[in-house]
Amino acid sequence: MAIEFKPSPSLPPPVNSVGAVAWVRQNLLSSPLNIFLTLFSFYILYLLVPPVIEWGLVGATFTGASKADCTGDGACWAFIGVYFEQFMYGLYPSEETWRINLALILLVLLLGTYAVKTVNKLYLSLVILVVYPVIAYFLFAGGVFGLEVVETSLWGGLFLTTLLGVVGIVASFPLGVLLALGRQSKMPIAKSVCIVFIETIRAVPLITILFMASVMIPLFLPEGMNFNKLLRVLIGITLFSAAYMAEVIRGGLQAIPKGQYEAADAMGLTYWQSMILVILPQALKLVIPGIVNTFIGLFKDTTLVYIVGMFDLLGRIQAATHDANWLGMTIEGYAFAGFIYWAACFGMSRYSMRIERKLETGHKRN
Amino acid sequence: MSDQNSSSIKNFLNDAGNRALIFQALLLAVVVFVGYYLFSNLQANLADQGISTGFEFLNQPAGFPVLIHLIEYTEANTYGRAFVVALINTVVISLLGIALATFIGVVMGLARLSNNWLVARLATVYVETLRNIPLLLQMFFWYFAVLATLPIPKNSIIFGDFFLNKRGVYSPNPIAQDGFGIVIAGFILSIIASIALIVWAKKRQTRTGLWFPAYWASFGTIIVITFLALVVSGFPIEFDLPQKSRFNVTGGMVLPPEFVAVLVALSTYTGAFIAEIVRAGILSVNWGQTEAARSLGLKDSLTQRLIVLPQALRVIIPPLTSQFLNLAKNSSLGAAIAYPELVAVVMGTTLNQTGQAIENIGLCMLVYGTLSLSISMFMNWYNKKMSLIER
Repeated sequence: MAIEFKPSPSLPPPVNSVGAVAWVRQNLLSSPLNIFLTLFSFYILYLLVPPVIEWGLVGATFTGASKADCTGDGACWAFIGVYFEQFMYGLYPSEETWRINLALILLVLLLGTYAVKTVNKLYLSLVILVVYPVIAYFLFAGGVFGLEVVETSLWGGLFLTTLLGVVGIVASFPLGVLLALGRQSKMPIAKSVCIVFIETIRAVPLITILFMASVMIPLFLPEGMNFNKLLRVLIGITLFSAAYMAEVIRGGLQAIPKGQYEAADAMGLTYWQSMILVILPQALKLVIPGIVNTFIGLFKDTTLVYIVGMFDLLGRIQAATHDANWLGMTIEGYAFAGFIYWAACFGMSRYSMRIERKLETGHKRN
Repeated sequence: MSDQNSSSIKNFLNDAGNRALIFQALLLAVVVFVGYYLFSNLQANLADQGISTGFEFLNQPAGFPVLIHLIEYTEANTYGRAFVVALINTVVISLLGIALATFIGVVMGLARLSNNWLVARLATVYVETLRNIPLLLQMFFWYFAVLATLPIPKNSIIFGDFFLNKRGVYSPNPIAQDGFGIVIAGFILSIIASIALIVWAKKRQTRTGLWFPAYWASFGTIIVITFLALVVSGFPIEFDLPQKSRFNVTGGMVLPPEFVAVLVALSTYTGAFIAEIVRAGILSVNWGQTEAARSLGLKDSLTQRLIVLPQALRVIIPPLTSQFLNLAKNSSLGAAIAYPELVAVVMGTTLNQTGQAIENIGLCMLVYGTLSLSISMFMNWYNKKMSLIER
C-alpha cells in the first residue's frame, strides 16, 4: 500500500516582495543614497508643484476684458483670451479669418481621405501637394473671386508659424533627398556642388541665413525685381533644413548594404528606378526618427523669424506683453506659447514612434 | 545610313559615362551662369546705391557702445575692435555653455537611468519639456519673465556676499596681489607632478600589474602644493566685495542679466539633448558586458568606469559633437535679447551703420564656419583617441 504523497500547500509570497509597499521599498528606498534621492525629489516637487498650481489654477483669473478684471493673485489668463485672435491669426483682418479656417478644414478633410481604402493614394497626394497649395495661397492672399487682398505683412501668429513649418517641411524633404543622392553620387562635380552647399549651410546659424534672406537677397537681384519677404524667409528656412535633412538621409543611404545597390543594377533598373523602388524606401524607413527630429527642429526654428521682423506666434506674444495696458503678463504669454509649441513637437515625436512601429518589418538587428 | 546614325546617337546617349559627363557639364554651366548673374547684379546694385565695398570700414570709429566687453572698449574704438569684442563674447558664452550643458546633460542622463523611480520620472519630465520648447522662447522666458522681474538694486536679494537684482548677479571679484606668481607656479608645478605620477603608475601597472590610486593621489598633490604655495606667499588674493549703497550695488564682479539669460537658456536646453545622448550611449552597451565584469569580480564603480563608460563614449561622442556645434551656433540667438555677440554687433549694428551687407554677413559666416570647424576638429581628435582599435 503506497503512501500517498501530499505536498503541503505553497506559502503565500513574502509580504515584502509584492504589492505597493514592496514597490516603494524597491524603487524609492532601496539604499541610503536612494532614500536621500527620494527625499530630495519630493523637496523639489514641493518647491515647484504647489506654487505653480496656486498661480496657474487656484489664484488665477480666467475671464475678463482688461487688466483691472484680474483681481486674483495668480495668473491672469484673461490676457490670452483678449489677444487670442492676434495670437492665432496675427493682424489678418478679423472678418477674413474664415479663409484661414476654411483652408485648414480643407486640409484636414483631404488628409482624412487617406483613411478611405478606395481612394487612389497617388492622385490624392498629387491633389494635396499641387492643387491644394494653389487653393490655399489664393484663399490666404486673396485677389481672386472677389476675395479681398491681404498683404503678407499682416499674416502672423500661429497661422504664420504653421505656414512656415508646413511649407518648410514639405519643400525641404525632396530637396534634402536630392542633395543626399548628389552627395552619394559618383559624379565628381555634382558631388562637390552638393558637399559645398550642405557644409556651408550647416556651418552657420539659421539667423545668418535669415539675415541673408532679408538683407542680402535684394542686392543679388536685378533692378526692379524683388519678391516678398515672406517668400525670401521661406526659401531661407527651406534651404537650411534641406541641408540637415540631406545629412540624415545620407546616413540611411550608407546603412543600406551594397548588395541592394548591386541587386538593383543586376535587375537592369535605371538609376532613378533603383533609387525610388529599392534604395530610398529602405533608407528612409531607417532614418524616420532623424527626419522627424529635423522637422521638429525646423518647427521650433520658425520662431527665429521674429528676429528679422516677422510676427509669428512668439512674435505676437512678445508684442502683446509690451502692450502698456497689459504689462506684467510675460509669464502667462510664454506659458501659452510654450504649451502650444510643446504640444506640437511632442505630438510629432510620438507620431514618429508610431510610424516606426507600423513600418517595422522585422529586419532590425536587436 | 541615317538609321545607323540615329542608333549610334542613341547608344552615345544611353552610355552611363557619357550621360554623367553631359549632366555634369550642364550642372557646371548652370552654377557658373547663376553665380555670374548674381555677381553682376550685385555689382550693379552696389554701384547704384553708392554702397562702398571692402573692409576699410573696420578701421573707422564705431561710435556705438557695446555693453558687455571683456577687453577695453569705448565708443571711440573702431568697428574692428567692436568685432573682436563681439567675437570674444560669442566664444566665451559658447565655451561656458558647452561646459555647463555637458554637466547638466550627464547628470540628467544618469538620472533618467536611475533605479529610483521618482528621480527617473523627474529627469524625463525635464528632458521632454525643455527639448520640445523653442530655445528663443526659453531665452525670452529667462530674460523677460525671470530676470527682468527681479527687485531693483535697492531691494537686492542677498546670499552672503552675492547680490541678485534687475541689473544682474553680483559676486566677489578675486584680485591677485603681489606674490600671486608663486601660487601660479606652484599650481603648474603640481599639475606637471601629477601627470608624471599618472604616467608612472600606468607604466608600472603594465609592467607589474600592481595598481596605484594615481588619480586620487594627483588630486591630493595639486591641492596640497597649491595650498602650501598660498601659505608661503601669504595668501596674495583680495576679494573686491560688492557693496550695497542706498540705491545701487557697486564693486564686485557683475554678470549682466543678458549674459545670465543666454547662458542659462543655452545650457539647460542643450543639456536636455545631451541627457538623451548620454542615456542612449549607456543603454547601447550590451548588458552582457556588465555581467561579465561582475563575474570577473569588479565592483560596481569599477564596472562603470572601466567597462561601460569607455564603450558608451564611442557612441556618445559623435552626436555630442553636433550638440556642441548647435550650442555654438545657437548662441547667436542672444542677439534677440541684446546680448552683444557676433550677430548683434556685426550683422545688427555695424551692418545698419555701414550698409555693407555682403562684408558683414560674410564675416559672420566665416567666423561661425571657423568656430564650427575647430570644435569638430577637436572632437574628431578626441573621438579617434577613444575609438576602438581594430585589426
